[in-house]
Amino acid sequence: MAMTFAEKILAKYANKKSVIPGEIVTVHPDHLLTHDNTAAIIQKISKELDEYGIFSRQLPIIVLDHVIPAASEKTALNHKNIRDFVKKHRIKHFFDVGNGVCHQIVVEKGLALPGKLLLGSDSHTCSYGAIAAFSSGIDRTESAALMLTGETWLKVPQTIKMELNGKLAKGVYSKDLILYIIGKISASGANYCSVEFHGDVEQFSVEDRFTIANMGVEMGAKNAVFMVDDVTRKYLNYLKVDPSSYNAVYPDINAEYQEKLSYDLTKISPQVSCPHTVDNVKPVSEIEGLEIQQCLIGTCTNGRISDLQIAANLLRGKKVHPDIRLIVLPASKQIFEDALQNGIIETLVKAGGVILPPGCGPCLGAHQGVLAPGERCLSTANRNFKGRMGCKDAEIYLASPATVAASAIHGKITDPRREMKK
Amino acid sequence: MKVWKYGDNINTDMLFPGKYTYTCSTPIEIKPHLLEDLDPSFANAVKEGDIILAGKNFGCGSSREQPVVGLKAVGIKAVVAESYARIFYRSSINQGLLLIECPQAVKAYSDGDNISLDLEGGKINISRKIFSFPKLPKEILAISKAGGLLEYTREKLKKKK
Repeated sequence: MAMTFAEKILAKYANKKSVIPGEIVTVHPDHLLTHDNTAAIIQKISKELDEYGIFSRQLPIIVLDHVIPAASEKTALNHKNIRDFVKKHRIKHFFDVGNGVCHQIVVEKGLALPGKLLLGSDSHTCSYGAIAAFSSGIDRTESAALMLTGETWLKVPQTIKMELNGKLAKGVYSKDLILYIIGKISASGANYCSVEFHGDVEQFSVEDRFTIANMGVEMGAKNAVFMVDDVTRKYLNYLKVDPSSYNAVYPDINAEYQEKLSYDLTKISPQVSCPHTVDNVKPVSEIEGLEIQQCLIGTCTNGRISDLQIAANLLRGKKVHPDIRLIVLPASKQIFEDALQNGIIETLVKAGGVILPPGCGPCLGAHQGVLAPGERCLSTANRNFKGRMGCKDAEIYLASPATVAASAIHGKITDPRREMKK
Repeated sequence: MKVWKYGDNINTDMLFPGKYTYTCSTPIEIKPHLLEDLDPSFANAVKEGDIILAGKNFGCGSSREQPVVGLKAVGIKAVVAESYARIFYRSSINQGLLLIECPQAVKAYSDGDNISLDLEGGKINISRKIFSFPKLPKEILAISKAGGLLEYTREKLKKKK
C-alpha cells in the first residue's frame, strides 16, 4: 500500500506493514525531549521513579534553556532538582545552562536523525522535520508516562503535501515563506496533519528548513518535514554523523494526501505577522513605517549562524536607532562561538545590540526583555500571542532576521531590501 | 451552570500566561491566573459544572498543560468547541478533561440557551436542539476510564511487575 512519510514512520515504529490515517498505534520513540519543565514532570512521578526507575537512561534529552540563568529562587530550585535527577538516573543526554535552546541542541548534537521518531514536551519539537525526522510536541503528563514506560499512542495523521515552486527573491527568506504559508492556510489550517514539503527545496539549507519546520505547529501541524537530499546529507556529514546510523524514509509516489497545495516562491515578498495571531500576516510594504521599541533576533526559529550573519551584514558600520533596544540571542553555544570567531558578535555589539546567553530568553515572557504596556516588539520568534512577551498590553510582530535588523536601524518596520540596495 | 463563550484561536498564553509557566504548576498556583489575559473575571467567578464554548482551534500554541490542569481543577464540566489544537487535545485526555468537538452545536448556541450533555449517548442538547458528537476510540477511553494518563500508567506498571 502506498504511504506518506508520516504513515511510513508510524508503521515502522508500530511494527506494522502499513497504517492508515485515523488508526491509533502504540510507539516507542527514540528520544523524549524535556527542558526546564523536567522539574514539574519528575515531581509528578517521584514515587514511581523510586519504585520502577526510569525506562531508559538513553531516552530523555534534557536541556535547560527556558529561564536561564535562573531568574528566581523557584526557577533555580527547578534547575537544581533536574540536575539531581540527571545524576541519580544517569541520564545520558543532559545539557545544562548555556548550551543553547533545546531544539537547536537536539539537531546540532545529531540526536535527531532522518527516519527517527522523537517526542518532546515543547510545542516546537516539530522542528526536527528539518533533518527528515518525525517529531511532535506532547505535554508534561505524557512525558512523565514516557519516562516510566517508554511508550505512548499516536493517531496516524492525514498528510498535506506542499509543493514549493521557484526561487525566493533576494531579501526574502525561509521565514518570509513560512509566514506567507501560515497567512494563507491559517493557524488551524493543518490541524492534526502531517505536512510534507516538496518541490524546489534544494535552495533551502538545513538552517532554513529548521525555521520552516519549527513553525509547523503554528498552522496546527503534528509534524512538518523535508525529505533527505544532498543538503541533508552534507549537513549530517558536517556534524560527522555516520551515514549507516540512519535510514532515509521517502513517501511513495502514489501516496494519498488529504490536500496538495503549491506555492509560487518568486511572488513572495518580505512578510510580517501582526498581533495577536501568527496567521495575521501582511507583506512588509503594508505596515512599513510602524514605530517599534524593541527588536529581537534569536530563538529556536531564527537564532542560527546564518540568521546572525544576515543581521550583521545589514548592521555592519551602522548604529541601532536610539529609540530601539536590539536583543540578540545565539541559539546555541556552538553558534555563539562561531559568531564570535566570524566577528558577527563584535559587529552586532558595536551597532548597539545586547547579547543574551544562548537560550529562549524573552520569547516566552518570563525574563530578559519583557515588554511594557503600549510597546511594540519586532521579533524573529515564532509566536505573537497577546501577553506572550510578558505584557498583555504590548504588541509583537514577527519577521525575518533581515527585516528585524533593517527595522532596528530605522526605529520602525522597514523592508530589508531598502538597506540592501544601498 | 454558566456557559463561558469565547471565539476562535484561543491560545495557551490567553488561557495561562507563559510568564508563570515555570513558577506555577499545582492547581492552587494555577487557578488565580487561569484565563488572566483573556477574561479577568473568569478565575473568580467560575463554578463547578460550568461549560466553556469556543470557536476553532481552541488551545493552540504552547505544550504547557496548566490550562488543562486549571480548567479541570475549577470543575469545568466540558469544553465544547468547533475544533482543538492537537497538543491541547491530548493533554485533556491525559488529565481527564472532557472536550467535545461539535461545530454545529457551537454555531447553534445563543446567549442564555440551556445546555445539557448526555455523555453515554454522545449527545449535546442546546435549548432542545440535539447534536451528536463522536465517541472516543477505545484506546483513548481506557485512559479516561482510569482517571487520566498517570493513573493509567500506574495500573500498567503494576500489572507488569
